[in-house]
Amino acid sequence: MVTTTFPRLMLEHAARRPAAPALREKEYGIWQTLSWSAVAALVHEIAGGLAAAGLQRGQHLVVIGENRPRLYASMLAAQSLGAIPVPLYQDAAAGEFVFPITNAEVAFAVVEDQEQVDKMLELREQCPGLRRIWFDDPRGLRNYSEPGLDSLDALQTSGRQFNADQPAYVDAEVALAQTSDVAAMFFTSGTTGHPKGVVHTHASLIDRAQAGARFDHLTEHEEVLAYLPLAWIGQNIFSYAQWLVCGYVVNCPESPATVQIDLCEVGPTYYFAPPRIFEALLTSVMIRMEDASRIKRWLFERFMAVATRVGPALMDGKPVGAMDRLLYALGGLVVYGPLRNTLGLSRVRVAYTAGEAIGPDLFSFYRSIGVNLKQLYGSTETAVFVCLQPDHEARSDTVGVPIEGVEIKVADNGEILVRSSGLLRGYYKDPAATAEVLTPEGWYHTGDAGFLDAAGHLKIIDRAKDVGRTAAGAMFAPKYVENKLKFFPHIKEAVAFGDGRDQVCAFINIDIEAVGNWAERRNLPYAGYTDLAQKPEVYELIRECIARVNADLAADERLAGSQISRFLILHKELDADDGELTRTRKVRRGFIGERYQVLVDALYGGKNSQYIETAVKFEDGRTGMVAADLRIMDVKTFPVLRSAA
Amino acid sequence: MSRKVGDVILDVQSISLAFGGVKALTDISFNVREHEVRAIIGPNGAGKSSMLNCINGVYQPQRGSITFRGQTFKHMNSRQVAEMGVARTFQNLALFKGMSVLDNIMTGRNLKMKSNLLMQALRIGPAQREEIAQREVVERIIDFLEIQAYRKTPVGRLPYGLQKRVDLGRALAMEPQVLLLDEPMAGMNVEEKQDMSRFILDINDEYGTTIVLIEHDMSVVMDISDRVVVLDYGKKIGDGTPSEVRANDDVIKAYLGVAH
Repeated sequence: MVTTTFPRLMLEHAARRPAAPALREKEYGIWQTLSWSAVAALVHEIAGGLAAAGLQRGQHLVVIGENRPRLYASMLAAQSLGAIPVPLYQDAAAGEFVFPITNAEVAFAVVEDQEQVDKMLELREQCPGLRRIWFDDPRGLRNYSEPGLDSLDALQTSGRQFNADQPAYVDAEVALAQTSDVAAMFFTSGTTGHPKGVVHTHASLIDRAQAGARFDHLTEHEEVLAYLPLAWIGQNIFSYAQWLVCGYVVNCPESPATVQIDLCEVGPTYYFAPPRIFEALLTSVMIRMEDASRIKRWLFERFMAVATRVGPALMDGKPVGAMDRLLYALGGLVVYGPLRNTLGLSRVRVAYTAGEAIGPDLFSFYRSIGVNLKQLYGSTETAVFVCLQPDHEARSDTVGVPIEGVEIKVADNGEILVRSSGLLRGYYKDPAATAEVLTPEGWYHTGDAGFLDAAGHLKIIDRAKDVGRTAAGAMFAPKYVENKLKFFPHIKEAVAFGDGRDQVCAFINIDIEAVGNWAERRNLPYAGYTDLAQKPEVYELIRECIARVNADLAADERLAGSQISRFLILHKELDADDGELTRTRKVRRGFIGERYQVLVDALYGGKNSQYIETAVKFEDGRTGMVAADLRIMDVKTFPVLRSAA
Repeated sequence: MSRKVGDVILDVQSISLAFGGVKALTDISFNVREHEVRAIIGPNGAGKSSMLNCINGVYQPQRGSITFRGQTFKHMNSRQVAEMGVARTFQNLALFKGMSVLDNIMTGRNLKMKSNLLMQALRIGPAQREEIAQREVVERIIDFLEIQAYRKTPVGRLPYGLQKRVDLGRALAMEPQVLLLDEPMAGMNVEEKQDMSRFILDINDEYGTTIVLIEHDMSVVMDISDRVVVLDYGKKIGDGTPSEVRANDDVIKAYLGVAH
């Protein structure tokens, strides 16, 4: 049971270990430290200022900006008065703020700098209720004379005055707060319609933060780099809720551009990044290795081979031979150690990734060089922590076990339902939307389809609404299959069909760079994408990839029915300009199925080839035609391996 | 805007400059007021850079005088000009390509250092304290120009737009009263130009630095300048606020050509 609130947690740290570092910020090239007592003093002043300005219990305070100590303090100050901080995405356009600010009847905002102030002033006409705006960084703002606009310095000054006049006010407000009070609101970026405000209480956030901290044995000695947007609940959990629960140090980077440098300097022990960041880091390493001297490259290749073989086993705590241990230790000295250091991960004890599927090679690369990278599952509505991977059981295709306080149930349609004390109280002012996701018995509908495997690990396969059934009644999860295909470097995009059909078929887009490179090394001449895509050798290459995916799928009873029987390689690359991908590069399966109906028919009609002509839009706006006779190929499928479960 | 344009700080009177028989500048007069952004524009070969070089002490004009804060000069070398608080950037960057961003900007602090070369080399006595103090100034400039991520990167490895920013940083390190910018936007893309415009206005605003800039790109100049001098073939053909200059027939002819 949670018995405290965020401001009380902060005050406890300040009382128990006043001189211990709480926040660091790099300024003018030097890391400046704020101790817990300094944080408490800062929060007290800002709270006094906010109270003087008229911020009332239950009102909302918008916070917009990068991770800055005074923005953190402002959130704590708001909570101290029983008000509710609402962090918003700092890179959103002014127009996108209108809905949350109007919806939450926001009168007060604390923002980072001139950029954000300009946005606030721009939307003032639409949001007449927005009375006061304070900024952290005064640069460029000295000559602004807008009513209600002032610096945080001025707010602190008025706070000191207020606290001198009413010394007991802020502390009394802190004491008034209940754990069941609303602590924060996070707007989720709805893909359709307006964003929804997810309301969380002190109890729900602190409960999950504590559960996560116990799961990974987090202590006050952790170092964390706060570099993801404050408005995202993950950032809030990792560098606000758990910061206050554990009392560790949160480091604020100098600027968004210096994150990688700051990461190396700080050397966090607890780290979160979405898969794309891990991928970008790996790519930068690989590019630098290409340019390295021959000896270094040789060493790297040699020892990475050892790491790939031995590293994950060591990480999982499995037995490893003495010779391999010795080789790995040597590799640690000359390759893995320096590499971890360059990446800024040398002190990482626990690293998490989440948000999208992570490729098995990418995942095991980090584990093989000794970074304890794990996956987790959760969302804004669940205060992040639902499932986490235990230290020795990290796998790329599951997201871990339900942690303490979490109950998981799979609905008949395959949707995962979660019950925990970390669930949202509801969507702000939207009981209809709340009722849709939250049952009276307290189950939250995640919208994700998946299941618990034999080892008790949760496996997410797709969005529930996209999961279908083949004619034979087997579960068909298109995105799961497509993701598995896309993990092969030779496959750029894949589109799987099978809902209501007797078998699963797929369109493939090859990766022109990877396959082009592959072709060149084999002295295989080609004249552009369409030509290369139709080479028999390329078809053979892709067929092997698909067969491997099928073998993988066959290992799981539930997914064996999603094995791909036939495929073709498309004559053109799927393109957002042609409406085939969304702007965030997700395939639009339905649209593609209609546009290439003739190809789908050919796949299911048992043909060996099909002629197609397609109009394409070029980047300069011209249109042209791409025509080709596409080959269609069968792939080996595997009988289901009966699992023990 | 609370930035107040003050009295005349720099007065250029009847400057003429010739290289042998080639007249680069003929009888040019204009003035610059304190805290203003003053632009010199003109087509290629109009004499813009020559004008800047005269103010900067690189060229010695044959005729005319330059008055800076009431002191009139006929001949001055560039070091004297620098000591008087005039800094400049160059059209073709003159940075130390192999040195880091930090060190390049540090060179701009040279005039402010009191310890001698030997003390600096051995890092003894006051030299170290001085370097720490100077480093702080440099760090503030790095922060101001938002180049924290490149502090230790050799300048030669940076893209052109960033090199221009480092060049500006080095000039700023002199804490100048007047900053001469020679085509600060040359060779930049639109985004880089916007960034640079913002930095120029911010410098003017935050430090109150008087800015004299040469620019080719009319649109940029018109947006950020208080007053504009227009040169063509070494002669002054216009002087005034951007809107006045834009309406000036001679300027239109020089820029757009004349219908024959």
